[in-house]
Amino acid sequence: MSTKVLTITSGKGGVGKTTATANIGAALAKLGQKVACIDADIGLRNLDVVMGLENRIVYDLVDAVEGRCRLNQAMIKDKHIPGLYLIPSAQTRDKTAVSPSDMIRICDELRKDLDWIIIDSPAGIERGFKNAIAPADEVIVITNPEVSAVRDADRIIGIVEAEEKSSLQLLINRLNPEMVKQNNMLSSDDVVDLLAIHLLGIIPEDKGVLISTNKGTPIVLDDKSLAGQAYRNIARRILGENVPLLNLDKGSGFFNRISSVFGSGE
Amino acid sequence: MENFINRIFSKEPSSADQAKDRLRLVLINDRTDLSSEALESLKDDLLDVLSRYIKIDPKTMRIDITREGRQQRLIADIPIAGPVSRKY
Repeated sequence: MSTKVLTITSGKGGVGKTTATANIGAALAKLGQKVACIDADIGLRNLDVVMGLENRIVYDLVDAVEGRCRLNQAMIKDKHIPGLYLIPSAQTRDKTAVSPSDMIRICDELRKDLDWIIIDSPAGIERGFKNAIAPADEVIVITNPEVSAVRDADRIIGIVEAEEKSSLQLLINRLNPEMVKQNNMLSSDDVVDLLAIHLLGIIPEDKGVLISTNKGTPIVLDDKSLAGQAYRNIARRILGENVPLLNLDKGSGFFNRISSVFGSGE
Repeated sequence: MENFINRIFSKEPSSADQAKDRLRLVLINDRTDLSSEALESLKDDLLDVLSRYIKIDPKTMRIDITREGRQQRLIADIPIAGPVSRKY
């Protein structure tokens, strides 16, 4: 398999790009893939704390771009999963320190040794977003079932479509099945109908996500978490497996969660 | 009490439906860069031009933007009232 560059973007901030990057990266690595996650948000470093690697940073992306270190010196080995690496963003530099062509060059260099390069895009549609999109073979647009996030996702989809990137898929994050049932939240069907792109997966709202982020551990390592299961399924879909969507309509009670994790044989 | 009953039997659509309807319009505006005012003035201009050739009742003319996937389509439904009387 040739190396794929997968960019995770959203337009709106706070919808879960960084968490999705960390968890999809972790889930792919758990499946035996060699993965590097790149934090492309120059000046607002975040992926390191979400992955729990903030104390291991010596060099960052900007150091590698500007030749102060070799690229592999900026690659931090994950402490939970073998085959998973982080290339952290610079905290003290501004977003103009890296250009789209720098990103393409860095990714081309990384392709030799990896199966997947996952880029965590900053919010917005400016330089950082363009950097994140430039080397992408595949783009995942992440949104929440909420008006402003869906609107921004549509803008992003329009921009990425105009650049004719190969594949563009949708990830709906923080869906609350209970609220959907009460007709107080857009359903995944509503969001897919509005945005009209292929749905890669749905992550249910899950308190466990915040708890695992607090600890710097990916939720995919929690076998009991429904969100973790959803991310593990997404990783398998990314690898080309045909995995059905989790049934989230069974409710969020403990028994239902258990049965949806184990019952469907996923 | 009356208020409460009104609320129960009210025809107000659910908040999810409101969100979807509002987004539908907003996304069409965003994608086409055409506001509803602009669409109205497009309709007026279209009416002006067409009226030179055919008789149209402005009240029956309908113009809308619909979506097919990510493609927007301008649909005009214009019943013809009759020919314009021309001077030969």
